[in-house]
Amino acid sequence: MRSSDRLPAGAGTRLVVVGHGPAAARLTEALTAGGFAGRVTVLGEEPRAAYDRVALTSYLSGRTAEDLTYPVPEGVALRLGRPVVGIDREARTVTTADGHAEPYDTLVLATGSSPFVPPVTGRDLPGCFTYRTIDDLDAIRAACAGARAGVVVGGGLLGLEAADALRGLGLTTHVVEMAGRLMPRQVDEGGGAVLRRHIEALGLAVHTGTGVREVVAGPDGRVAGLVTSDGETIEAQVVVFSAGVRPRDELARRAGLAVGERGGVVVDDGMRTSDPAVYAVGECALHDGVVYGLAGPCLTMAEVAADRVLGGEAVFTRADTSTRLKLLGVEVAQFGAAEGALDVTFMDPVGGVYQKLLVSDDARTLLGGVCVGDAAPYDTLRPFVGRDLPAAPGELLFTGGPADLDVPDDAQVCSCNNVTAGRVRAAIAGEGLTDVAGIKSCTRAGTTCGSCVPALRKILAGAGVEVSTALCEHFTHSRAELFDIVRVRGITTFSRLIAEHGTGRGCDVCKPAVASILASLGGGHILDGEQAALQDTNDHFLANIQRNGTYSVVPRVPGGEITPDRLIVIGEVARDFGLYTKITGGQRIDLLGARVEQLPLIWRRLVDAGFESGHAYGKALRTVKSCVGSTWCRYGVQDSAALAVALELRYRGLRSPHKIKSAVSGCARECAEARSKDFGIIATEKGWNLYVGGNGGFSPRHADLFAADLDTGGLVRVVDRFLMFYIRTADRLQRTSAWLEQQGLDHVRRVVLEDSLGICADLDAQMERHVASYTDEWRAVLDDPDKLRRFVSFVNAPQTPDPSIAFETERDQIKPVLIPLEATR
Amino acid sequence: MTVLHETPPAAPSGTPPAALSGTPSGTPSGGPPGADTAPRWTPVCAYTDLLPERGVCALVGRHQIALFQTFDGELFAIGNHDPFSGAQVLSRGIVGTRGGSPVVISPMHRQAFSLATGACLDDPAVAVPTYPVRLADGAVEVSAP
Ligand SMILES: Cc1cc2nc3c(=O)[nH]c(=O)nc-3n(C[C@H](O)[C@H](O)[C@H](O)COP(=O)(O)OP(=O)(O)OC[C@H]3O[C@@H](n4cnc5c(N)ncnc54)[C@H](O)[C@@H]3O)c2cc1C
Repeated sequence: MRSSDRLPAGAGTRLVVVGHGPAAARLTEALTAGGFAGRVTVLGEEPRAAYDRVALTSYLSGRTAEDLTYPVPEGVALRLGRPVVGIDREARTVTTADGHAEPYDTLVLATGSSPFVPPVTGRDLPGCFTYRTIDDLDAIRAACAGARAGVVVGGGLLGLEAADALRGLGLTTHVVEMAGRLMPRQVDEGGGAVLRRHIEALGLAVHTGTGVREVVAGPDGRVAGLVTSDGETIEAQVVVFSAGVRPRDELARRAGLAVGERGGVVVDDGMRTSDPAVYAVGECALHDGVVYGLAGPCLTMAEVAADRVLGGEAVFTRADTSTRLKLLGVEVAQFGAAEGALDVTFMDPVGGVYQKLLVSDDARTLLGGVCVGDAAPYDTLRPFVGRDLPAAPGELLFTGGPADLDVPDDAQVCSCNNVTAGRVRAAIAGEGLTDVAGIKSCTRAGTTCGSCVPALRKILAGAGVEVSTALCEHFTHSRAELFDIVRVRGITTFSRLIAEHGTGRGCDVCKPAVASILASLGGGHILDGEQAALQDTNDHFLANIQRNGTYSVVPRVPGGEITPDRLIVIGEVARDFGLYTKITGGQRIDLLGARVEQLPLIWRRLVDAGFESGHAYGKALRTVKSCVGSTWCRYGVQDSAALAVALELRYRGLRSPHKIKSAVSGCARECAEARSKDFGIIATEKGWNLYVGGNGGFSPRHADLFAADLDTGGLVRVVDRFLMFYIRTADRLQRTSAWLEQQGLDHVRRVVLEDSLGICADLDAQMERHVASYTDEWRAVLDDPDKLRRFVSFVNAPQTPDPSIAFETERDQIKPVLIPLEATR
Repeated sequence: MTVLHETPPAAPSGTPPAALSGTPSGTPSGGPPGADTAPRWTPVCAYTDLLPERGVCALVGRHQIALFQTFDGELFAIGNHDPFSGAQVLSRGIVGTRGGSPVVISPMHRQAFSLATGACLDDPAVAVPTYPVRLADGAVEVSAP
């Protein structure tokens, strides 16, 4: 499209963007990526930078504004809280509400839309809201605190999202929809009926075929109820209007740009308005008679405009408005045309599933479809819209069709980012991708609304990327399957397990994995009997091997709290054995450079001083970090240090699929970095918020809010179950972050908080057994002459140190002398 | 149950000679050291000192020798030196099987070494020496040059 042998595109150009929503954010990103050399200034009305509006509702379930905010490319001047009130096209300036005039050479309108509020009496009363911005949500949350019931006006996609939010905030919730069914734009009558049953089963009251007559006030002047056009009065303290949106074209209209009859700034295929110096993108733009209310087309428009500004010739063509979402736990999807010559419907009123395919009159070409309750056909069939059906329509609905459906290369899989199946396949082959995360970062597919992720998984499988769950050559089972076999059959040795369920004698993959399973299920000391031979060298010597064959020693320091006397003991031990000493990130102390025969001597001293194993060597709980909390800190609201100590003592020694890290912060300032941990706790005025699935390391991930305002007892119970469920079902070496993404946060919540699998009593009992049977691994070794005998460098010369180990000094401490490898091979 | 290796196992046809030259023992495989001198056996520990599938290291002269007893009771001896990290650690690896033959997996960077031949199964250019090992009167004896 663009030729590259030119001057840097846009040098000297002043480009001004009005509005900072998702479309503007994508525009600035694409400009930066394309090497735009001019100056970019963004004037935004909201007080914060652009955020992911599609995920707005998650703000109420614990994601912060920061989580939702898009990164702002370097060099972009962002002026927030500066609504533009006028455009002077002659002078080429825009004026902000505070009177500042900003000159432009190129102007981009990205003003989005505003919720439509029907002109009824009482619509401005305190207690009436719209549902579009983070500020809206803050206001709604505050109003719901003292409210019992709420009404959402509008039963479309956004209305149901708002209803979900009110329900989540604890209100008895009503939905009023003018049309005869819910989500009239996405589903037909049959689908609407099934959807309604789902929603009513959740306890929401649905009123269809009726509008709003007025909102009535109580004696305090606030909303007290809503009267429908049928004359019914619904008692409510909160009313949310979600009755459609209107493009924000008022600036363009006043500046004399062409606008549509029913609103929207008219643009051509290059996103140019009737003034060639002015572009419009996103929900405010009217292209070919259509205003798009979905993120996908809005982002594509932004990319087209960026390409044009950079001198390219990209065009925007009529966009796919397929949708697939999960509202109030119900899958709803619509793709392709809404009407067709023939339709084939599958309906399961008991399971709450409705699926319909629309086909051409010869029943060969797929035109569209609607799904409620189970959107699987969307994943397989959406790319076939306008093409020959891959099988008979009935078969496709009843059996899901052939398992190996091949999506054609030129079919679009991700409509939000306009990515074809061919592009995904090329990325898989070219970059050697093996998972959805790789596809996302390479192609952007699946990064916006996520509805195509199941389709991406299928392409991955179809590309021969075998996502085998076999542990290794000795077991065809996954770790979770082996865990169940061991648990259910009561197997206590590796030999029996591999004889009955595997082949050969194991390896460095299955042996430690089985050792961990046996240990999680309370198998006694990890060096007892045959178990000793399953452990890798770290577990075998209860220390971490270093590059020269020496080991490190890490005593447990629960919560990072340590007395001066114990600190002195650590110092003395380190000095007496000449160990390199370093403070770890987990608030404890690492002593490095110990030879195997020194380990028991070092630990004798530490155990005598009251220390115990820190399990730094094991796939087990590592540390529970903390801040000083309310005892010392003037900001603290709870005693985080005491909780951290209690949690570390409760879960110490718990063997798991991978290491587990935790932290407790005493207030929202989060000094303990709890949200980067597998389970992290942040104090609130009312108790504790629990976050799960956080991760530092190679692919960092912020933890998700799992449950809020728990008391200490409730918190411990939830953590018990969360950890045990993870231990039971995760793959080998799968951190909680990856496990959570695989299981889905909602699923894990239901299992742990609502006992949806009926296993919580079991999980509780398993944790109680762990807590009751904990003993210090190192003390047990020191008390057992048989185990102690293994801590020698040479079986025939127990007193002789390994002569190959040598040290030199650096910054006043030891460091290993490494033998050059060439000399040793 | 116990198989005694009075002579070291024969080199497998696939073991590249280049990898064997310059190894500390000089007698990786193919016959006892010297045509007419019988191996000098050194007792290093009791058979009962060994745990199945858990190695130990013996110091014989300047040689560090990793000794293993497999699940079916067979004894093996290979060099303790891990050619990939330079550390003396092979005796501390996990013992198991690959394709049915006994291996030890380096605890450093996880390459597998055949217990029978010393060959590295993950890098055909690399091997570690093997040593004759036998059971004599309840004692494990190895022979190092
Ligand atoms: C609750 C909710 C759920 C949604 N769910 C989905 C979904 O599941 N799938 C999907 O595809 N889409 C969904 N959407 C729609 C999606 O969010 C929009 O399509 C998208 O935000 C449009 O981006 P935009 O940048 O064009 O407009 P906007 O996001 O509206 O951003 C426009 C910005 O411009 C600012 N602005 C307006 N006028 C001015 C001015 N004069 N001066 C300065 N600034 C101005 C506004 O304050 C706003 O910040 C959802 C929307 C909501 C509200």
